[in-house]
Amino acid sequence: MKPPPFEYHAPRSVAEAMEVLAAAGPEGKVLAGGQSLIPLLNMRLVAPGHLVDVNRLTELDTVEAEPGGVRVGALARHARVERSAGAAAAQPLLRQALRLVAHPVIRNRGTVVGSLVHADPAAELPAVLALLGGSVRLARPGAVRDVPAAGFFTGPLESAAEPGELAVSAFFPALGPRCGTAFHEVARRHGDYALAGVAALVSLDDGLRVTAARAVCVSAGPVPVVVDVTGHVAGTSPAVVSGAAVSGAAGTGTSGAGAFADGWAAAARAVAGRVEPEDDIHASAAYRRHLTCVLAERALREAAASAADDVGTRR
Amino acid sequence: MTNIAVTLTVNGVVRRAEVPGRRLLSDCLRHDLGLTGTHVGCEHGVCGCCTVLLDGEPVRSCLTLAATADGHEITTVEGLAGPDGEPSPVQRAFAECHGLQCGFCTPGFLCTVTALLRDNPAPSEEEVLEGLSGNLCRCTGYQNIVRSVRRAAELIAGKGDGGPAGWPSGPVRTSGDTGAEGA
Ligand SMILES: Cc1cc2nc3c(=O)[nH]c(=O)nc-3n(C[C@H](O)[C@H](O)[C@H](O)COP(=O)(O)OP(=O)(O)OC[C@H]3O[C@@H](n4cnc5c(N)ncnc54)[C@H](O)[C@@H]3O)c2cc1C
Ligand code: FES
Ligand code: FES
Repeated sequence: MKPPPFEYHAPRSVAEAMEVLAAAGPEGKVLAGGQSLIPLLNMRLVAPGHLVDVNRLTELDTVEAEPGGVRVGALARHARVERSAGAAAAQPLLRQALRLVAHPVIRNRGTVVGSLVHADPAAELPAVLALLGGSVRLARPGAVRDVPAAGFFTGPLESAAEPGELAVSAFFPALGPRCGTAFHEVARRHGDYALAGVAALVSLDDGLRVTAARAVCVSAGPVPVVVDVTGHVAGTSPAVVSGAAVSGAAGTGTSGAGAFADGWAAAARAVAGRVEPEDDIHASAAYRRHLTCVLAERALREAAASAADDVGTRR
Repeated sequence: MTNIAVTLTVNGVVRRAEVPGRRLLSDCLRHDLGLTGTHVGCEHGVCGCCTVLLDGEPVRSCLTLAATADGHEITTVEGLAGPDGEPSPVQRAFAECHGLQCGFCTPGFLCTVTALLRDNPAPSEEEVLEGLSGNLCRCTGYQNIVRSVRRAAELIAGKGDGGPAGWPSGPVRTSGDTGAEGA
């Protein structure tokens, strides 16, 4: 359980890191928080010739509000982003998700960008990036590109980051007005990778009617699965659809309530129908699918209620 | 593969070692520096036995390279006691409340709890459980560990047995004969 030998590099600037990585090519690997890579090294599942340690690149230890969202630098650790009031204000789903990532001690080292590049289908942050339609910025000497989430996760533990490329930051779009988010998951113990998990994003119009509803699932397939369920709930009011009392909501007539209440349930079934979980030692595929359905309904309803709260406070 | 010269300030003492790039911090502490208080259970981040404080923050030393820690401050379980060897409030609470049996997991719990109570001197039950969730113990069943954390919080707040806050000077009790149970 010790890492195989490698040449260790500790660049002091992003420019130097990019040069070392470019020279190492397919033999090179970036070491960020090490919370996924070092277990893989210890278990000898990877054996890079060159390890490029980016922990001295303090210029990448950033969490910045940008117009329209939050940009997280490659050295910003989970714990820092979780604590950031600015990040939580701009996009509450970040904190909602980070609380579910591993244990606090792991979050002290692991980085948000490292988690995205690692692209574990059971991880929360890739799901968040996919749901929000964020992007990852990849750099090599003389070339920078932003890869949208939809094209970034290419398979289990596979991302669009190519050999020789350094991920320098990730961008998470801000929560729009009249929008709400939620993240629910079930894990064997708090902090473990989830057996199933669903994050939801719901937007309403000024009349509290649903205009868009999307969910994303973790541990449900090779890459995060985003499902648009707007068709099941569009035009309905969350007060009615969820049965929850939302102040200011109109039209709580009893005749339509039953049909509306089924809207979220149908949406959740649609989400569960799209996932491709697998049997493993922890849970059967059927159980994971069942969990996904239950969690999807919870997350969607909660996101809608939170969007309605937002409308309430804006009035 | 060239060796790397690393300088670590361990428990307040500047220590130097020449290590290969692949040396884990846990092995550097144990083998290069002879500090065997840091225990190694799983070497993939799951058990928490190897937890040390890196610049004051608890981290897995089995998931950190010694070379990455170059120039930084480390506190291991050997550094928790007072200058004259007096157990810290957290150590004392674990002894008083039977927070350990075989002791294998204990260095990791002590480091984790030391940081937890520094950042949050009066944690709720839920915060204690969340704080301990990354550390495994095969012996105690956790009940007495949770009790130890509550007792340590009391001791740090100066509500121990009349001893001063921070580093109480009373004798270390050896069984659960204190108010800890009812705390
Ligand atoms: C016990 C335990 C439990 C965990 N539970 C969870 C969990 O529930 N949910 C979850 O999401 N995660 C979990 N994790 C993983 C954790 O979140 C990791 O921190 C994260 O997956 C990777 O981030 P890192 O900074 O540690 O990356 P590293 O481990 O340093 O790197 C991971 C991979 O990404 C590449 N990489 C990293 N940064 C860059 C970069 N800037 N540019 C290019 N490539 C890069 C590396 O080369 C490597 O291939 C757990 C880890 C442990 C040890
Ligand atoms: S030995 Fe480091 S977590 Fe188990
Ligand atoms: S006391 Fe034996 S493992 Fe915890």
